[in-house]
Amino acid sequence: MTAPRGVGHLRGDQPFPVAAKAAVADAQLRRNLGNATATIRAKRAAVVGELPDWQQLRAAGAAIKDAVLANLDNYLIQLEERVTARGGTVHWARDANDANRIVTGLVRAAGATEVVKVKSMATQEIGLNEALADAGITAWETDLAELIVQLGHDQPSHILVPAIHRNRAEIREIFLREMGGVDPALTDNPAALAEAARTYLRRKFLTADVAVSGANFAVAETGTLAVVESEGNGRMCLTLPRTLITVMGIEKLVPTWRDLEVFLQLLPRSSTGERMNPYTSMWTGATEGQAFHLVLLDNGRTATLADPRGRDALRCIRCSACLNVCPVYERTGGHAYGSVYPGPIGAVLSPQLTGVADNASLPFASSLCGACLDACPVAIDIPSMLVHLRAQAVDSKRHRVPSPEQAAMAAAAWTMAEPARWTRALRAARLSKWIRRRRALPPPLSAWIRARDLPEPPPQTFRDWWTDGGGR
Amino acid sequence: MTCLVDGLFPDVGKATVRLLRRLGHDVEVPLRQTCCGQMHVNTGYPREALPLVRNHVETFLDYDAIVVPSGSCTGSIRHQHADVARQFGDDTLVQGAQIVAKHTYELSEFLVDVLGVTDVGAYYPHRVTYHPTCHSLRLLRVGDRPLRLLREVRGLDLVELPDAESCCGFGGTFALKNPDVSTAMLADKMSNVLATRAEVCSAGDSSCLMHIGGGLSRLHTGVRTVHLAEILAADGRAS
Repeated sequence: MTAPRGVGHLRGDQPFPVAAKAAVADAQLRRNLGNATATIRAKRAAVVGELPDWQQLRAAGAAIKDAVLANLDNYLIQLEERVTARGGTVHWARDANDANRIVTGLVRAAGATEVVKVKSMATQEIGLNEALADAGITAWETDLAELIVQLGHDQPSHILVPAIHRNRAEIREIFLREMGGVDPALTDNPAALAEAARTYLRRKFLTADVAVSGANFAVAETGTLAVVESEGNGRMCLTLPRTLITVMGIEKLVPTWRDLEVFLQLLPRSSTGERMNPYTSMWTGATEGQAFHLVLLDNGRTATLADPRGRDALRCIRCSACLNVCPVYERTGGHAYGSVYPGPIGAVLSPQLTGVADNASLPFASSLCGACLDACPVAIDIPSMLVHLRAQAVDSKRHRVPSPEQAAMAAAAWTMAEPARWTRALRAARLSKWIRRRRALPPPLSAWIRARDLPEPPPQTFRDWWTDGGGR
Repeated sequence: MTCLVDGLFPDVGKATVRLLRRLGHDVEVPLRQTCCGQMHVNTGYPREALPLVRNHVETFLDYDAIVVPSGSCTGSIRHQHADVARQFGDDTLVQGAQIVAKHTYELSEFLVDVLGVTDVGAYYPHRVTYHPTCHSLRLLRVGDRPLRLLREVRGLDLVELPDAESCCGFGGTFALKNPDVSTAMLADKMSNVLATRAEVCSAGDSSCLMHIGGGLSRLHTGVRTVHLAEILAADGRAS
């Protein structure tokens, strides 16, 4: 069962090429993204390069995740048992609607009208903030970048750095406009901006009764959950409110405590380019004075698991290394992908969660350059998976009248399957008027000549040269 | 011989033949070959690619060494052919594809690894920068083999390309399906090429060169694109 329509943020309003056209034309966005991704790429390369066993760590990370996915049912039940034994309550959410209903119900039961949130991709995926707002509950994002996105009435554009599309000057303007009571002398110095956010958020931490978090990892053998972050705001959320609700995708498991050793090396180096992240919070069940609820989210993950050629996408630990090295992401940013999961991993994950027909343009949003595979800390073969999903996207339309593309592909294959046909076709193409003219061409070649010349057709094909004696 | 070379860039094929002959090898070009089917596979049409894969495998099954002047076609032959055959349950074709894959070499791999040469006796008195194409780099891992070959070319002034490992934005039908992003990538590649002040931008794939060259030509930059094989085949005599 795939993620339902009409809720959450896994589908865009426009196909990728249309959304990308606007993004590519945005000079400020291009500059912000170019600078930010280049900085993170360099940091990552430095800290990955200093580990002699990086390739072994990647292999271990992939193997652990594969073992989890192969036995996901057992590990999930084990996790539920451990969390329950330690005083937590586990809820199973089949999809976004289920999860939103469960969380809204829990917040209401706690008698709260406000919640603080630690950055969570899963709750962005299901559109929890909107669902809470519909129920009269206000959600405050406390991760600095998420706060910038929320105050800017915006959507995240990166998994790890949701406000990567904003620069300091833009952030200052958002704070001045939206926070209220900010000294107009606020500068765009990062420390000054962080201080403004700290002052603003402190009040929320001290008054909120309920916190909603995501989780980076859950350890099946102990029932322990882990959140990895940079600012410490997450830890405030996890510890101060009387009720903690964690929403987690079912693929976030690792079997044993020891497995964290691998991922706590892979994740910070791949994501922020740090040897270790500043804050790692772990908790097991409910702690004294706090109620704990764990919502396990499917929302298309079981459907993804069912495809042997696509399921490796569930290894993803949301580090964003593939976004930062992707030449397409670097030029379009995350919004063009229409899903909270942008970039290469988004292009393989979003279509699988929703069913490929609802995100049919995403598998094509890549030049298949392979940089994502090299950067991935759990060795997800994203290029091969994109090719597989492209075939699914094509097949999903095969029952209709053949599109011009399908007809062209079939004609090309027919011609090329037979050497004599191919030889004749090459000669004919060389002499044809529209190839020789090279100025006004029909689609799709019109897209080529908008910015690129076509080569001059040669006087003779290679095979004719060879038949003529091959230079002897 | 790749379909693109056959139809649009025959000089690359001629250069490959000349180069291999100069190094003392007997070259055959089986005319039964057409196309490796990469475009079909990568655009989501493995079903249509299947007859092309079959034709390719049957054409080349009995050869000891198959040399391809393209990183991406070599990549497709090595990493996709058996997989396409497997998807359609053709076990004989899977086995054949695996054998052909084992005997297939991208040009720089063949020269350096099989023939053991880096000095191929070329003379090319020009300032050249080299774009290592994505599939050569990350699928085949040819590494610095093309650069080692170019460094031995007499008269050649090799200039390092900034941000060389970034994709040029071609990506097969990506260039047509996502023309805006593709062109944005091309713009950055071109500005890096121009920053080198090179007269010639070279690479091991005619497809990427068609893309980069199409942009350089449109802007009247005066920079030419020349395939690696053409540089290595050049010896100062008229061809």
